[in-house]
Amino acid sequence: MDDWQRPDVLVIGGGNAALAAALTAREAGASVTVLEAAPRPFRGGNTRHTRNFRCMHDGPLGQLTGRYDEEEYLADLMAVTGGRTDRALALLAIRESAATYGWMERHGVRFQPSLSGTLSLSRTNAFFLGGGKALLNAYYASAEDAGIVVRYEAPVTAMALDGRRVAEVTARIGGAELRLLPRSVVAACGGFQADLDWLAEAWGPAARNFLVRGTPYNRGTVLRMLLDAGLDPVGDPTQCHAVAIDGRAPRYDGGIATRVDCVPFSIVVNRDGARFYDEGEDVWPKRYAIWGRLVAAQPDQVAYAVIDAKSRDLFMPTVFPPVEADSLAALADRLGLPRARFLATVEAFNAACRDGPFHPTEPDGLATEGLVPPKSNWARPIDTPPFLGYALRPGVTFTYLGLSVDAGARTRRGGAPMQNLWAAGEIMAGSILGQGYLAGFGMTIGAVFGRIAGREAARHA
Amino acid sequence: MHDRNSPPQAAPEDSVAIEEARRQLRICNACRYCEGYCAAFRAITRRRDFDGRDILQLANLCHDCRGCYYSCQYAPPHEFALNLPRALAEVRRESWERFAFPQRAARLLQRHGVALLALALAGGLALALLASALGPAGGPAFYAVLSHGWMVAIFLPAFLVPLGLTLAGLRGYWRAVGGERVRPRQLRAALHEALRLSNLGGGHGEGCNFERGERFSLARRRAHHLVLWGFVLCFASTASATVMHYLFAMPAPYPPLSVPKLFGVPGGVMLLVGALWMAALRLWAERAPADGRAFWAGMAFVLLLAAIAASGLLLWLLRDTAGLLHLLTLVHLATVLAFFLSLPFTRMAHAPFRFAALLRDMQERETAGR
Repeated sequence: MDDWQRPDVLVIGGGNAALAAALTAREAGASVTVLEAAPRPFRGGNTRHTRNFRCMHDGPLGQLTGRYDEEEYLADLMAVTGGRTDRALALLAIRESAATYGWMERHGVRFQPSLSGTLSLSRTNAFFLGGGKALLNAYYASAEDAGIVVRYEAPVTAMALDGRRVAEVTARIGGAELRLLPRSVVAACGGFQADLDWLAEAWGPAARNFLVRGTPYNRGTVLRMLLDAGLDPVGDPTQCHAVAIDGRAPRYDGGIATRVDCVPFSIVVNRDGARFYDEGEDVWPKRYAIWGRLVAAQPDQVAYAVIDAKSRDLFMPTVFPPVEADSLAALADRLGLPRARFLATVEAFNAACRDGPFHPTEPDGLATEGLVPPKSNWARPIDTPPFLGYALRPGVTFTYLGLSVDAGARTRRGGAPMQNLWAAGEIMAGSILGQGYLAGFGMTIGAVFGRIAGREAARHA
Repeated sequence: MHDRNSPPQAAPEDSVAIEEARRQLRICNACRYCEGYCAAFRAITRRRDFDGRDILQLANLCHDCRGCYYSCQYAPPHEFALNLPRALAEVRRESWERFAFPQRAARLLQRHGVALLALALAGGLALALLASALGPAGGPAFYAVLSHGWMVAIFLPAFLVPLGLTLAGLRGYWRAVGGERVRPRQLRAALHEALRLSNLGGGHGEGCNFERGERFSLARRRAHHLVLWGFVLCFASTASATVMHYLFAMPAPYPPLSVPKLFGVPGGVMLLVGALWMAALRLWAERAPADGRAFWAGMAFVLLLAAIAASGLLLWLLRDTAGLLHLLTLVHLATVLAFFLSLPFTRMAHAPFRFAALLRDMQERETAGR
């Protein structure tokens, strides 16, 4: 058995939380081995697709403008989770987020001003220059310099528990099952959103039509192992976070580019050409997250957003050009919609629109009259060719089920702490994010609890 | 940037390279994570979609720092297969070929390093034949090989004609990208970015992702500064010598503390070191984000610069070694001649086109800021 198979700290996973744990443990003097299931080009789990983290600050900090204090941050979290959060852990993440900015910078991460089209986040979220993969490149370069051993394509296949202690970990590396005997273990290997069979347990067969926005490597194998071994769970096992994305996106790994922001300026119809929800309920950032679920509930888990030439430049450019036609009938044909039903839907909608001022960036009260379901804002008739359509499908971002941890990121079994197993990142985020999502908060949880787990794991070793 | 009511359709003249760049740019514009790296990305986000002339402009604005390649979550083996530095490098080379006259010369020299070598050899041979046909010139220094009159007769048109062709090509580019009348402040701003190579800073000033892959490095920016300023000093040396020759009747050779030498010697050293450094960086860098068809042609150009500098310095260092002087003079004159003659057709085209792209970018920024 080589030295790297007997590390002080073994980190399972290769994303933001895993590397935060590995770097912190190494800097505390521990020897560290990282097992990343993905091959090197796809290392880093969902961190590859992230772009920022949510950061508390009492005044301008680096690229962050203004001030974003604990109270406001917590209020934002309460609003999206409906109070389903562990308040103590949430406050810990929020308070520690302030120091995370500097910690990331010291490990090579560089920040940039809020991206065009994301002005609403310039005060609350610090954007990584180059995005999440650039952050990972910086982390891995720091890890290499620090002498951390990283093994790629090294999925964990078994974990042997001895009471409240992890005794042994097995990983498949280079075709062989290799044993590892670490003193401490940090599980930072994400959720199970890439395992559609597992999602189907909660969602039924509809889940097989979902697209997975992130890495195909987050299959939750380690999470399942640990839950089967009796570790205390947290989070709703039946829920996942999903948004509506371009229906032509790849099955996995489509990431940020596949989002479609035109919904507020559109009418959205299902496979049968019928509308099913108020497209203009609120500004898009506030309604972005509900549309995954809405589309998932439609037949074949597909929907079609239709706009006309008036609206084509009002939202972020899309990864693929829209389907385009000079008449609504031709558009129906190209989208594969029943022509008569679709035309009737548009006609009814257009007839319910009324005159009034239109303001694309704020709720303008330009609502339909006598239409069910209504469109409460930005309701302008779809009447100016060319007409444009996007197929929408649910894109799963993450799952909520995870491991319960204490303020030291230590996992539990039967209510009592495990001796040498900590968890960080998405695998324990369900403790804090019981439902909903707050932009950039996943990266905050990962970095904060990664550092805590690394510190505690090194101390134990 | 143009107002449009419909998205740019593939124009018949759009090449495969432009089509591929458009596919990639659309993905980039839906992501925008790289916005902070360089002027090219900021120019991308000012657009809604990309027609042929947008892509032409973006390709020439790209400084090939490769920050976007190494930070891209969609880079190969991802199925989106984003490799923007390569896609834009291919469009860029095509644009230099397209606006050159004759295009055939550009296609040859932009794609085949050996063509530049052949040109230098042919130039050397022609000069040697001419020199031997004329017999010993009897002048001092390199005028011993070829008289001052013959030098002027050969090099003046060999410089002015390619220069004129380059400017004509540049005019074609400026029209194609919709360039407007240039204002002095725009010229100043473009010069500021061009001479500082700001776009090789990586957005954070720590450099680009070139020979060190995922890590930042200032090596390429520094090497290019050596080449650029070395080149400028060498040019200043020649220009000052011309002035001294004609206005002050002080022909070459010049003593070490003369103006031409004070410009030329440090300039030659900088150009030599910079060009060799650039060549080494090209070898160390990953090939995947590079335009594969132009790799050796680009290398030949960098090495030609090194050869000009090396032969020029040796000519000065070995000025008292009679046997070598004749040969070195021929080598130096041949490399300089090849450089001038190929001016509109080699990697040198990057300099005027990049500057024009920066200038156009300043105009776009002003329009966007209005």
